[in-house]
Amino acid sequence: MTDQLVTLSLVAVYSAMAIYTVAFILFTMDLARRTAAVSTVSPVVTAHADGYTTVLERVDAPPAKSPRYLRAAFALTIIAWVLHVSAAVFRGVAAGRVPWANMFEFTLTATAIVVGVFLVVQFWQDLRFIGAFVTGFSLIALGIATTNFYVDVVPLPPPLQSGWLVIHVFVASLGTGFFAIGSALSIVQLLQSRRAANKASGLRFLDTLPAAEKLENTAYRLIVVGFVFWTFTLIAGAIWASYAWGRYWGWDTKEVWTFIIWTIFAGYIHARATRGWRGARSAWLAIIGFAAVVFNFTIVNLFFKGMHSYSGIPGVGE
Amino acid sequence: MTDSSRPSDHIDAPAPSGIAQPKLGPVGYLRFFWRQLTSMRTALFLLLLLAIAAIPGSLVPQVSSDPNGVIQYKAANPGIAPVLEFFQVFTTYSSVWFSAIYLLLFVSLIGCVIPRTKHHFDAMRARPPKTPARLSRLEGFTTRTTSGDAADAISAGQQVLRRAGYRTELFEDSVSAERGYLRETGNLVFHTALIGVLVTVGIGGGFGYTGQKVVVEGYSMTNSLAVYDSFNPGRFFTDASLVPFAITLDSFTPVYEEDNVKALGQAIDFTADVTTTLGGGESEKRTIKVNHPLEIGGAQVFLLGNGYAPVITIRDPEGDVVFSQPTACLPQDALLFSNCIVKLPNGLDEQLAVVGFLYPSAVEDNFGRLASNYPDLINPILSVNLYTGDLGLDNGVGSNAYSINPASLTQIAGVDSDTPAIRLSPGDVADIPGGLGTIELSSIPRFVSLDVHHDPAQVWVLVFAVLVVGGLVTSLFIPRRRVWIKALTGSDGVVTLEYAGLARGDDPGLDAAVAELADKHIDQLSPKVET
Repeated sequence: MTDQLVTLSLVAVYSAMAIYTVAFILFTMDLARRTAAVSTVSPVVTAHADGYTTVLERVDAPPAKSPRYLRAAFALTIIAWVLHVSAAVFRGVAAGRVPWANMFEFTLTATAIVVGVFLVVQFWQDLRFIGAFVTGFSLIALGIATTNFYVDVVPLPPPLQSGWLVIHVFVASLGTGFFAIGSALSIVQLLQSRRAANKASGLRFLDTLPAAEKLENTAYRLIVVGFVFWTFTLIAGAIWASYAWGRYWGWDTKEVWTFIIWTIFAGYIHARATRGWRGARSAWLAIIGFAAVVFNFTIVNLFFKGMHSYSGIPGVGE
Repeated sequence: MTDSSRPSDHIDAPAPSGIAQPKLGPVGYLRFFWRQLTSMRTALFLLLLLAIAAIPGSLVPQVSSDPNGVIQYKAANPGIAPVLEFFQVFTTYSSVWFSAIYLLLFVSLIGCVIPRTKHHFDAMRARPPKTPARLSRLEGFTTRTTSGDAADAISAGQQVLRRAGYRTELFEDSVSAERGYLRETGNLVFHTALIGVLVTVGIGGGFGYTGQKVVVEGYSMTNSLAVYDSFNPGRFFTDASLVPFAITLDSFTPVYEEDNVKALGQAIDFTADVTTTLGGGESEKRTIKVNHPLEIGGAQVFLLGNGYAPVITIRDPEGDVVFSQPTACLPQDALLFSNCIVKLPNGLDEQLAVVGFLYPSAVEDNFGRLASNYPDLINPILSVNLYTGDLGLDNGVGSNAYSINPASLTQIAGVDSDTPAIRLSPGDVADIPGGLGTIELSSIPRFVSLDVHHDPAQVWVLVFAVLVVGGLVTSLFIPRRRVWIKALTGSDGVVTLEYAGLARGDDPGLDAAVAELADKHIDQLSPKVET
């Protein structure tokens, strides 16, 4: 039974990856289409008087209709995500526990959450233009996970047998999801502000995307949510460590990097209120912060010696 | 961190340029440096510096978390190790430079929190400000008209605002309202709680202690200094902190995976059954498991390691026992292949060293070599090498109990000698070459490694950590805003109601909130239509 479920899980992952690939291509084609479309769209300017002052406003280019590539890409992402989530669920049922107890499973679940956050955020704001980033990122992560991180289903070692595994790791993944989307927006923000600085050069599709300041505000709102989750992860991890390892904080390599990431994003939040740090500089902090998250999960897990050696990969991190 | 008269997330305007600075006296300079230290820029700089400063400690093993790693690192890198040692990189997180950064950061934090608290305290008691003359300049500006009386409309507006949690102030033809004071309160709680975490961590570390002790099945430990194998007291630790208790390990029961062929022998559960006595009180049966420490006398006892402690009995040629006690063996892998050492300086004609390799489930390969493929005792064999010579215990220099120095010793049983290694199953007795006596493997009990931890401030650290999260959520997600309703009576007697808001800090929902207020207010004013 376990073996069938594990196989089913892998089939679902590979199918999800195939569909993500198509979605990624379509998202990219949508960006290309935007480049072509820009030349035909002229900025719409309206003037209106409200009794006191007359205001000139540039109206965001109205999306005539949601373009075909984009709709197809988004629909495929949803289908791939459903497969992706079922892969995680099958794996969890096969193992009889949450599907995030080793590096393979964690990558599987965390990328599902990243894509999930991306999908849910669309109800709030149309951020489909970072679809290429999100599907591309998940595709690479899943590719590495299935080829390099894969381990068989084995029972949980005693230190991981705790309710905190469910909470601590899941909230960490949620935080990662929000940081990923936020930093993707920060990247677009940087491109956008660079384009605004030296007029009309650079990537033309940027004209169809929100302005740098709007991107910055959206990124900020996502990252503060991620920051709250990350703070919670840090504390939940400390509580768990106090039960499992006999101390709540011991500067284990993973603890150090979780702390570093927390500090970077705390810096990011403060940077927004600091003269000279708003805009591009704070965007760089968000990107560095997310890079540190990825570093913490890959390099720190695989090459640093520490107590979080739960990758399950023989000879790694011990 | 910020100008205290501004909300926490106020955005600074660009720096003015070309201002002639006044001459500063000593007090002026002190104030200048204090202002610099408590400025947002400095705080941000220190915060990012702290992130960078934490990195080296993750690259180089730390004395606190990995003392053996430090020793190995120093041996492997004799060139760079003294430099790192000088810069306290092996103790990064208690180093002078790391401490300096976080202490400066916290001083900066305190210097920011105190004036802001005072300002917030004043703001909490202040009334909402006078309504601005031109609401149309403000955010979310919208208008409605009503046929009713202007004064009635305003007082109804005040009711609506009050119900929505605003603090209101009535003016001639308008009402001014403000809400979201909790945002700044949360912000201050967050920052104050961070200071609380730092202080309580310091107190806990100062007055607490941790101690490690290996206990073999059937044996006991007491909570006293002399008993521990290793002990780390805090700076203000006194012997009085050691609450007298005793723990006897009745049995240790591991469970290993037997069905899943991909994880055969993987540990899935550890249970230590113990009997405890606190002070001179009644003894009590308790259990300790991983993730479930034992609480006793204000201390927590953790189950951190386990292994085998074979009882080796050595007799002299007359048959008198000169040594018989369990010896904890160091596990070498997850399947508990273990390495044990006994040093016997007295009792026999020569000093004797016993180096044992314990195979819990021994199997022999085609070349006659032993290996162990399961952690439980299915076919245990202790393969023993024996050495005679100078153990180096007489010169007063401390030596590692888990290693021998073969240079001063002669192997008398083992691959380098005439007699092959002696293989003992439980109950086996073998002669020690050279007529020195006999060696017996009497039994193989298990040992556990217990970690006793006392931290008097741990609960407070948790309390402040919870406040950190609470304060953070409050300060990030509660909008602080002012809104106004103004009634203007036109010449035709129609009353125009103006609504507008002002964000104090990040407030994405302001426009929607003003519109919603206007709708609710008009709803309130229009007479209910009978159907």
